[in-house]
Amino acid sequence: MIDLLQIFLSDSFWAASLRIATPLIFGVLGALMCERSGVLNLGIEGIFVVGAMMGWLVAYLTGSLWLGVIAAALSGGLFGLFHAILTVPLGLSQHVSGLGITMFATALMSFAYRTIFPQVATPPRIEPFRALDIPVLSDLPFLGPVLFQQTALTWLALAMVALVWWLMDRTALGVAIKAVGDNPDAVNAQGLSVMRLRMGAVVAGSALMALGGAFLTMSAFDAFFFGMVNGRGWICIALVIFASWQPGKALLGALLFGMFDALQVRLQTMAGAVVPGQVFLMVPYVLSIIALIIAARKADYPRALLKPWFKGQR
Amino acid sequence: MALPVAPVPHALPGSGAALIASDTRHEMTTSKPVLSLRGMTKRFGSVVAADHIDLELARGEVLALLGENGAGKTTLMNMLFGQYTADAGSVHVWHEDGAEIILPPGQPQAAIEARIGMVHQHFTLAENLSVIDNILLGTERLLHLNRNRRAARAKLEALMIHSGLEAPLDRKVRDLSVGERQRVEILKALYRDVRILVLDEPTAVLTPQEADTLFASVRSMVENGLSVIFISHKLREVLAFSDRIAVLRHGKKTGEMRTAEADTASIIRMMIGEEHDMPERTPGMPGDTVVRLDSVSVHPERETRGLRDVTLDLRRGEIVGIAGVSGNGQSALAQILSGLLAPDSGRIEVGGESLAALNPRTALAHGIGRIPEDRHHDGIIAALSVAENLVIERLDDADVQRGGFLRRASMAANAEALSEAYDVRGPGIHARSALLSGGNIQKLILARVLETHPSVILANQPTRGLDFRAAAEVSRRLIAARDRGAGIILISEDLDEVLSLADRVLVMHAGELVETDSRERASIGQLMAGHAA
Repeated sequence: MIDLLQIFLSDSFWAASLRIATPLIFGVLGALMCERSGVLNLGIEGIFVVGAMMGWLVAYLTGSLWLGVIAAALSGGLFGLFHAILTVPLGLSQHVSGLGITMFATALMSFAYRTIFPQVATPPRIEPFRALDIPVLSDLPFLGPVLFQQTALTWLALAMVALVWWLMDRTALGVAIKAVGDNPDAVNAQGLSVMRLRMGAVVAGSALMALGGAFLTMSAFDAFFFGMVNGRGWICIALVIFASWQPGKALLGALLFGMFDALQVRLQTMAGAVVPGQVFLMVPYVLSIIALIIAARKADYPRALLKPWFKGQR
Repeated sequence: MALPVAPVPHALPGSGAALIASDTRHEMTTSKPVLSLRGMTKRFGSVVAADHIDLELARGEVLALLGENGAGKTTLMNMLFGQYTADAGSVHVWHEDGAEIILPPGQPQAAIEARIGMVHQHFTLAENLSVIDNILLGTERLLHLNRNRRAARAKLEALMIHSGLEAPLDRKVRDLSVGERQRVEILKALYRDVRILVLDEPTAVLTPQEADTLFASVRSMVENGLSVIFISHKLREVLAFSDRIAVLRHGKKTGEMRTAEADTASIIRMMIGEEHDMPERTPGMPGDTVVRLDSVSVHPERETRGLRDVTLDLRRGEIVGIAGVSGNGQSALAQILSGLLAPDSGRIEVGGESLAALNPRTALAHGIGRIPEDRHHDGIIAALSVAENLVIERLDDADVQRGGFLRRASMAANAEALSEAYDVRGPGIHARSALLSGGNIQKLILARVLETHPSVILANQPTRGLDFRAAAEVSRRLIAARDRGAGIILISEDLDEVLSLADRVLVMHAGELVETDSRERASIGQLMAGHAA
């Protein structure tokens, strides 16, 4: 019990929670944007891989981390556009298209990696984002290590929470995106284009997802490995329900999951001798399922989610 | 066109007033058009939903568009508004300065810019947004950093006072009643300064009082120069509210007349192409009680509005009509009788047995035939064939299955006979029921229900959305079933239907059921609105 308390009091635990939450924050915001417009994007897992691979690759080739970030967002957006074309104007099943994108993107990135680096046993490394060192703030006790010694991408993620919140709640565009996910007929009758709104939201949301992947290769680690995304995309799909499609709650959900994961690692070292490690690996997922069960009961689904819309159909 | 004959021959110099007056009159007599639809045509697959329809609308005029279901009214209006792209035809609009423009097809934005507003039969509101967000949707620049809504709000508030249409601007639409939603729909159009307003069955969900208020507000706006196209199939409203009537049938315009010169019989003749014989209501001959609800209550949170201490006696050979605006407890009552909902308290007596609740199986076993409100959703299984749907409530019968195997031949024979007897038309008895039209689905359900000779029939909105012919057929069947000795509970929003069919009239409001001896629309309307008569 004392040990547990010590974990919660240590700054390294909270810093790790925020760090682990960062890719999830990007992912859940991206999923939120897509779903608010009425399109489920199960391509998220693959788009994470795209972001991880493209961000790292471009950073490796150009030596510029920020060019890598931009490349990750653009290539994620491109796969989003692919999903959007299949599901919005063509109205295909969002489940099938999304899973297809995930498989296609994952395989394509592995293929590209093997083609570009045919001989290497270990992937070439890049110089990843460093923890920001802000004078004074970084030296604050507790808050310093937790908040002000994170990398730029973590700050970008937090800024995105504010940006997506502002977009959704404070701009006419956000209102239109929410409307198109609730009743596309209402949007069409007011003279706005259902097609453009949905496609735009899916592309932008997918670009955000890819940033989550880029964080993995450019901040958390320094190279691209197969299987490194490891289900983070699927976690985001669950978290967006937990968040009831609200950016603020999305941040909370991502942090909660990050916390469970950070806790899991520490519990493992604490009680590893007695309890098998796999039990602790399970912890974040079990706790997430419980949190989801509680939250999802009153989740407020966008009414037009999964429903294709065609102009002039009766 | 004749020149305006006389007065104003000697208009004195400077008598501007006289000139204006004469101008106005000129305008009224020659009725300057604001809108002209020419040769509008729309096909859906092999169905011609609109076939070269011409229509003119004058300034300050209320034009009623009448027709049976599927006559092409809504299709025509959706083409006008650009929601459907017309296969042929053109839409001409005249601005106040007389300039004529032709709307490009298939673009709602163009119709909106020409200041045409449409209030759809099915609300086009985003329920997750506030009223003001819904109204302003599409009127603001999408990415405008400084979103100042003070001006918009002021304009809306002035508009609400001016039009008499009130709506809570900051509430979410999902929390509004249907009446309020209807007002939001109209405000949405008015906010864009429409000159032409299309109202597609605006009163379908309103109480008679709410409908009257709505018409009064629209009338006052018409006096200020608004032109209105009004779609309805309630003849009474059309006669009371419109200036001119145009009738569509099978996608063609079959007639046009001034409302002042129209009467019900002539309109119906144009709508269905023959004399309309509404079934005569003969007095029923009530016998023993078949169903008795004794102080039945349902908590409002379990089913819309719930039920409060409802007591109801249904006897053999009578039709009990339950009037009321939907959402006042009708669904709870219907579900209890269908065996889908167990009341919180009270008893149900059926066939001499006193029960706390029915379930679908016991309801059927006690001879309760059910005609559900949502025929597409609850009445049939769309993926099954007509033949299968016809026996779906009696799968255990010997002519349907033997040892767990369906008897296809006997089911087919049954389906052939019933389709013939009830005039169920469609692609055939083995076709999926989803392919039937609404009227034919209802006939299928009637056939299934009536063929078992139920002692009780629950008919929930049995003619909603049906055209005259189909509705009259349903009514005739119900009366025949009553005369055969069935007790019928008729739940309907259409007061005219209740009055024409029911032997006794009850009114449902806020979960309570009140019997009335009155046959007056006004006093029943009062009860529907919750005022004691």
